[in-house]
Amino acid sequence: MSTSFLLAQVNDAASAPFERPDINWHAVAPELVLLAWGAFVTIVDLIGLERTRRFIPSLTGIGFLLAMIPILTLWDAHAGDATGLAAVGDTFIVDRYALVLKGLFLISAYVIVLLSTNYMAEGDYYDSEYYQLIAASVLGMLVMASARDFITLFIALELVSIPAYLMAAWRKRDLKSNEAGLKYMLMGVFASAILLYGMSLLYGVTGGRTDFAGVAEGLADQGTTPVITMGVLFTIIGFAFKVSAVPFHTWAPDTYEGAPTPLTAFLAVASKTAGFVGLISLIVFGIGVQGAIVRPFLWILAALTMTIGNLIAMRQTNIVRMLAYSGIAQAGYMLAPLAVINQGSDPALVRESIVNYLVIYAAMNLGAFAVVIVAARKTRSGEIESFGGMFRYAPGLTALMTVFLFSLTGIPPMGGWLAKFQIFKALIEAGTTAGIALALIAAVNSVIAAFYYLSVAKNMWFMPAPDGDNSPIVIPPALVAALAITVIVTMVTGVTGIAPDLTDFGALAAN
Amino acid sequence: MQSFLENWGITAMVFAPLVGALIMMLIPEREEGTHKLIALVSTVVAGGLGALLMLDFDYAKAGEMQFGRDMRWIEIINARYAVGLDGMSLPLVALTLFVVPLVIIYSWDHIPSPGNAKAFLMLILVLHTGMIGTFVARDLVLFFVFFEVVLLPMYFMIGVWGGEKRLYASIKFFLFTLFGSAFMLVAFLALYNLTGGESFNIERLAELVQSEGLSTRTQVLLFGGMFLGFGIKVPMFPFHTWLPDAHTQAPTQGSVILAAVLLKLGTYGFIRIAIPILPEGAVEWAPWIGLLAVIGIIYGALGCLAQTDMKRLIAFSSVAHMGYVMLGIATLTDFGINAAIFGMVAHGLITGLLFFLAGSIKERYHTLEIKRLGGLLVQAPKMGWVLGITTMASLGLPGLAGFWGEFPAILASYNPAPGLNQTVFRVYMVVAAIGTVLAAAYLLWLLQRTAFGTPSEEFIDDPEITDMQWNEWVAWVPMLIMVIVLGFLPGLLFDISNDKVSALGEIFQALGN
Repeated sequence: MSTSFLLAQVNDAASAPFERPDINWHAVAPELVLLAWGAFVTIVDLIGLERTRRFIPSLTGIGFLLAMIPILTLWDAHAGDATGLAAVGDTFIVDRYALVLKGLFLISAYVIVLLSTNYMAEGDYYDSEYYQLIAASVLGMLVMASARDFITLFIALELVSIPAYLMAAWRKRDLKSNEAGLKYMLMGVFASAILLYGMSLLYGVTGGRTDFAGVAEGLADQGTTPVITMGVLFTIIGFAFKVSAVPFHTWAPDTYEGAPTPLTAFLAVASKTAGFVGLISLIVFGIGVQGAIVRPFLWILAALTMTIGNLIAMRQTNIVRMLAYSGIAQAGYMLAPLAVINQGSDPALVRESIVNYLVIYAAMNLGAFAVVIVAARKTRSGEIESFGGMFRYAPGLTALMTVFLFSLTGIPPMGGWLAKFQIFKALIEAGTTAGIALALIAAVNSVIAAFYYLSVAKNMWFMPAPDGDNSPIVIPPALVAALAITVIVTMVTGVTGIAPDLTDFGALAAN
Repeated sequence: MQSFLENWGITAMVFAPLVGALIMMLIPEREEGTHKLIALVSTVVAGGLGALLMLDFDYAKAGEMQFGRDMRWIEIINARYAVGLDGMSLPLVALTLFVVPLVIIYSWDHIPSPGNAKAFLMLILVLHTGMIGTFVARDLVLFFVFFEVVLLPMYFMIGVWGGEKRLYASIKFFLFTLFGSAFMLVAFLALYNLTGGESFNIERLAELVQSEGLSTRTQVLLFGGMFLGFGIKVPMFPFHTWLPDAHTQAPTQGSVILAAVLLKLGTYGFIRIAIPILPEGAVEWAPWIGLLAVIGIIYGALGCLAQTDMKRLIAFSSVAHMGYVMLGIATLTDFGINAAIFGMVAHGLITGLLFFLAGSIKERYHTLEIKRLGGLLVQAPKMGWVLGITTMASLGLPGLAGFWGEFPAILASYNPAPGLNQTVFRVYMVVAAIGTVLAAAYLLWLLQRTAFGTPSEEFIDDPEITDMQWNEWVAWVPMLIMVIVLGFLPGLLFDISNDKVSALGEIFQALGN
């Protein structure tokens, strides 16, 4: 029977001529610019070979900035719109939420190029290819921000991930890097399989819809059946791997430690943000209607992620591993508002609180990674103890790192406090015991987190240099730029509270 | 000029030290003299602005907010930049503006090891901004931000310039306080949400709680969250354990600021936020706060008697003194809360001075072990006299400032606000009174062992032991004068705070009837 059903589908498809959906070229311009520029960079590299090698990082960076232009024009042209632009049918929507995130991806990617420039040039790596892969991955992220359809979402996710699998193993003579790449790929592929399975179940029970609006419609009509439960849980689990939520986080520390440090920053910030964007879109526009399944599952996921991430982070002695686990804990805070979705608080506010957290998280975490990369150029070590004495020989860098660490802790007036504040606000606004309980768990966790963030600050400020070497650190210009961008964003968001307003021109109305 | 003062006076006063710190950031570290000068100038500017504001302040309307500003700040969370000055905040702002410049003068040639005047003074300036900001904030989020801002500089001050166990002490200080403020923040947000998510303005929230009719149970829970935040900062028994460590390990300047101002952020939080906004919660909590306060009084006193280190002894005496302040607050009467405000200022001056003295003694003797000290009146008679007057003030001798903080607080608990159990508070009164006897015991014992007698063998010919130096004179004499002036003319302070406090007291008179 199923064969005949499939055959009928194929015949249907064959009989109806393919019709291209309407494409709004302005709305897809950021992706097209990046695609064209990526191809251009590849050609330059192919023709120029060694002669053009040192220009590739700058060229890639320029590409990210060029792709910002259509984002700004789109923002400007559609500032007052009530709904998003349907760019390619209903599967690809451009609204404020998508634009803010695309901007975030491009700026983060630009900072990561800045972080990579010296690291890649000074090591024995294939560096041109590295930048092209970054551009490919970022293209996937741009698509992810607009994806409102299972298939678009899945393609975006794979486009984000596959280049990252390669890059994680970039230090190819290093066993740890090989382990990083392999582990990341196996886990990633496994997660994709689970995600696909979940999607196919939902596709089945919702009468063959792949767009989120259709899935939401289909799910809203029905109660909770075992198949729906499985479908919903599996799709969430697929993304839980991507955002490294406990207990699906096991790949993260090893991958982060083994990968080249700039790439770790890329994974911990840009790639994780992409995972979150997919998850938010999926839940807010799609499966969130099945709140009875989604909420408790995410509640447990969030509580476990923040608590276990923090507890393990406390025991780390390597700074990159510490940041990896702290990033897991931070993911827990960001998951938390989703645990009260469609319950008391406005889903638009839930979404806004996570998006703002993502923006601030990107700035402060990239900043911390920048400092780690700068410090490692002198100390040649990733141990937290190697930060000792920095207050003596690099007071400026120490002050910057302090800003990032305290921002991650959530101490005003650095940006992190505002991010946490909004999370608390969204949780408490739900007005349920579960929401308040999760807020209290998050509150206790932010104190636990202070302990290990402070231990880095303690080494920098209070301890002498472990090797007694107090010569100053030279910071290359690219890293100075990266530090400047991240510290400005961290401080300005914290002091002025400037944040994009996502409440209007949001696709929620269109839903 | 007048309109500038009215509109921007408070803001300028709050941020002047921060501007100083930013200027210092641009100047290289080796220009120590310049750094000291900038630090002093910016605190004096803040002080001058404060003085102008206080001259312009309408004391006939001390119960109302004056020089108020209410501007847009963070719209997405509905937080506003709202500041103002009234009879409740003015004494504490004055205290801060008065003490910090003296600390900087004292630092002129007392930059603690390992040096780096630039960073040290910058931290004091940031601290300064955070402290005044907390006292003038009228918006809960703004209050929270300033309340937290003070954490960082103090953490680094203890950690970098502190004593041997500075690492332990600094992290303990930080984590304890952060723990409290995390719960406080949750309580703030829950309060905001339960009152309809309209405003974070403190006065508006107090109205909303009444008009929305928040149940007593809810108020008790919310008060509990705030209690953790403010109570740890005060610190109240049993959360006080961070204090002796922080005080003992902090550099002299850190101890002085900690004792003089930082602890008051907690007590101020109670009388500005927790009690006015949640009166019914306060009535439920008051007996317990009173209980913890008297335990703190006795425990602090017994702790003092057991100490062998002078600085640690002073730290424990802080626990006891803050116990009187909290007892005054717990009575929920205008009499008690006036006493508490007076007690905050008096404790700030007296204990600040004691920590200054401890720092200078440590510098001369290289130890604070009480049994090795002695004969200060012989070796450094002027300093010995200052120590004598200060300990007398600290034990609550009438005619000095300490008396007006303690005695009325004890008296107020004879007759607490209606609705509170009179018997319980009268028991507290008796216990607190016993506490004053113990205070006399440990302070006189301290004075006797350190100042009287003959110098011990090991220090008798030590050339380093000199009498007071110029910057010690400049830093201490103004504080000493204030202690004496307030001791003789307590009305100076009571008149300022009374209007606002009696309005608060009336709420509880009404609530009880």
